[in-house]
Amino acid sequence: MADQKDIDDATGVDTTGHDWDGIKELNNPLPRWWLWCFYGTIVWGVAYTIAFPAWPMINSATSGVLGYSTRAEVVEQIAVVEAQNAEVSMRLASADLAALAPDDPAYRYGVAGGASVFLANCSQCHGSGAAGVQAAGYPNLLDDDWLWGGTLDDIEYTVRHGIRNETDPDARWTEMPAFGDIFEKEEIAASVEYVLSISGQEHDAGLAEQGAPLFVEQCTACHGDAGEGIRELGAPNLTDAIWLYGGDRDTLTETITYSRFGVMPAWGPRLDETEIKAVTLYLHQLGGGE
Amino acid sequence: MTQTPDTPPALYAAREPIFPRRVKGGYRTLKWWIMGVTLAIYYLTPFIRWDRGPNLPDQAVLIDLAGRRFYFFWIEIWPHEFYFVAGLLIMAGLGLFLFTSALGRVWCGYACPQTVWTDLFILVERWIEGDRNARVRLWNAKWSARKARLRITKWAVWFVIALATGGAWVFYFADAPTLLVDLFTFNAPLVAYSTVFILATTTFVFGGFMREQVCNYMCPWPRIQAAMMDNDTLTVAYRHWRGEPRGKHRKAEGAENLGDCIDCMACVNVCPAGIDIRDGQQMECITCALCIDACDDIMEKIGKPRGLIDYLALADEERETAGAPPRPLWQHVLRPRTILYTAMWSLIGVALVYALFVRSDIDLTVEPIRNPQFVTLSDGSVRNTYTLRIRNLTADDREFRVMLTSDDILRIDVETTGAVPNHVTVPANETLQARVYVIARPQDAAADAEITDLRLWVEDIETDDRAGVATIFNGKG
Repeated sequence: MADQKDIDDATGVDTTGHDWDGIKELNNPLPRWWLWCFYGTIVWGVAYTIAFPAWPMINSATSGVLGYSTRAEVVEQIAVVEAQNAEVSMRLASADLAALAPDDPAYRYGVAGGASVFLANCSQCHGSGAAGVQAAGYPNLLDDDWLWGGTLDDIEYTVRHGIRNETDPDARWTEMPAFGDIFEKEEIAASVEYVLSISGQEHDAGLAEQGAPLFVEQCTACHGDAGEGIRELGAPNLTDAIWLYGGDRDTLTETITYSRFGVMPAWGPRLDETEIKAVTLYLHQLGGGE
Repeated sequence: MTQTPDTPPALYAAREPIFPRRVKGGYRTLKWWIMGVTLAIYYLTPFIRWDRGPNLPDQAVLIDLAGRRFYFFWIEIWPHEFYFVAGLLIMAGLGLFLFTSALGRVWCGYACPQTVWTDLFILVERWIEGDRNARVRLWNAKWSARKARLRITKWAVWFVIALATGGAWVFYFADAPTLLVDLFTFNAPLVAYSTVFILATTTFVFGGFMREQVCNYMCPWPRIQAAMMDNDTLTVAYRHWRGEPRGKHRKAEGAENLGDCIDCMACVNVCPAGIDIRDGQQMECITCALCIDACDDIMEKIGKPRGLIDYLALADEERETAGAPPRPLWQHVLRPRTILYTAMWSLIGVALVYALFVRSDIDLTVEPIRNPQFVTLSDGSVRNTYTLRIRNLTADDREFRVMLTSDDILRIDVETTGAVPNHVTVPANETLQARVYVIARPQDAAADAEITDLRLWVEDIETDDRAGVATIFNGKG
């Protein structure tokens, strides 16, 4: 092929020698405009790698003479957004939450921002939908039952200081004794039946009757005379339909025998003032806020 | 390279200049009217006013891109109602099928903007440079002051028309009188100027210089149309069985054997596509019917019947050759195919009109929140949460009552900022997102069932207009 030129009769142009069913490809030179564009892209490509970060080195890459970096650009963009939100953010941080009207921009900013704060910091335990995890004793934040109160102030305090943690001296703290050390097995069974009876569940009436005096003796101090709970102590209402760990016979036996010790970290040191207020607003409007 | 018999012809053909001669006749008059009406519609429509009340634009036809609305007299189309536009486009397509199968390239010949503007540009050309013969002479003449003056005058008039064409386009997208002033005072947005510039340039080039080349090389429609025409389609054609053999010399010996065609070239000279219709149907022919007018004029002058060139169906050739009269036009037009196209076209049209009249000015969507599917409340009730989006498609604020079909089984509770429970106010032209709780009491069946069907309603408290949307209620089951 190379040693012998195969000239096309009709055009007088050399062919590539490739033959498809008698059709041969002409070996015309590339159009000049095309070549120049091609050379242009090569020059552009080389210049680009000099101007912008491109060549991989051992630890990083060349930084480019223009000093451009996508990270710096993101930082800049974040700064712009933060500057735009600075005023409403400041206002939210110093606001009396109860006095914020729902159509106030600070309120809307708080709810939207609070959703992000919640997903980043709270959803690991409370779930992305804030419905909690009963098997692990992470409370549902959507319902109308609050251990420590569901007003904006209560929620804000809980978020800021947490529950039963060692780091914050102001953390909400109560501890239920493990009655496995105090009661006999039969006494535990009797008090379980009594709790089942006051929460309106199916129970053994005879055992429940035996459990009643035990409950008065040991439980009413925290859970109240009728078992309706005392918020100041974080003692749950035992008569309603909501159970933090579960209200069936087995779970109640476990709770009374070994007690429970749910911990929530204090978020005061980790979140800034705006974030705490925002997540408080967000939680309060999920359907259970008081 | 020298041409030898073996050399294939060049793949490039330079444009043959065409100098259509002036013609008078019924079809020409019809085309003048169509040109006048279509141009008037195009240029004047944006300036028609239509009162829609204080909060809406008063332009009868307006495509509001920023506000994402299309206004057409009393009709207002929102982006989610784009199916109306899709439906209209399908109707336009079917309409073209119908007209093409019945009447050939009647769209190309009469109504296509390329034809209308080219016709207008040729009219200007004739006014300034004279009729066909004068234009041919001018074309062949060397450049002189006179030629330059005529050319520049022509181009200037063309350019003004082109500018007005591009200019009129942008008026459909903004308030026309305001934009008109802005355009002349250089206050209009850059996009308006660039649109005017681009459309003025294309009009100038397409109408002034490219003309029939646009139809031959750029437009896909002529190729598609060929597939829709058949022997019954009425098209502009030459009755070769009557005209041939053609000959000029009527008084020469043997002239009695000649056909009606005197080979005067009138049909060729008036043709804006530069073809000879006597060669048969051709891809370039836009069926503008000017050759019919030209030939009829000649036939009258030489005392022969009109219609040597005519709208006819090629299926009639045999009948006519045998001396029988052609089949009546309606038999060509009314065929199963055209009836089917008409039926489809009407069906979509009726459906669109129906949709237009039954559409609601409240648009409602509901999204049940599934994380979690339900929440148990302390009294044992089961609560579901929904995000309800209410779109107010009017220009006035409206207050709605949100409700369930029945309050017997389920209770509704709408998180609202207003004073009245379960009432929400949706601002004009906006979508309101409301959080809606639906609660089943412990004794209700829905609390224990897995899924209960549910319908949420909103009702305008003033007009009682309602809109409903179906969703489900998740129970403990």
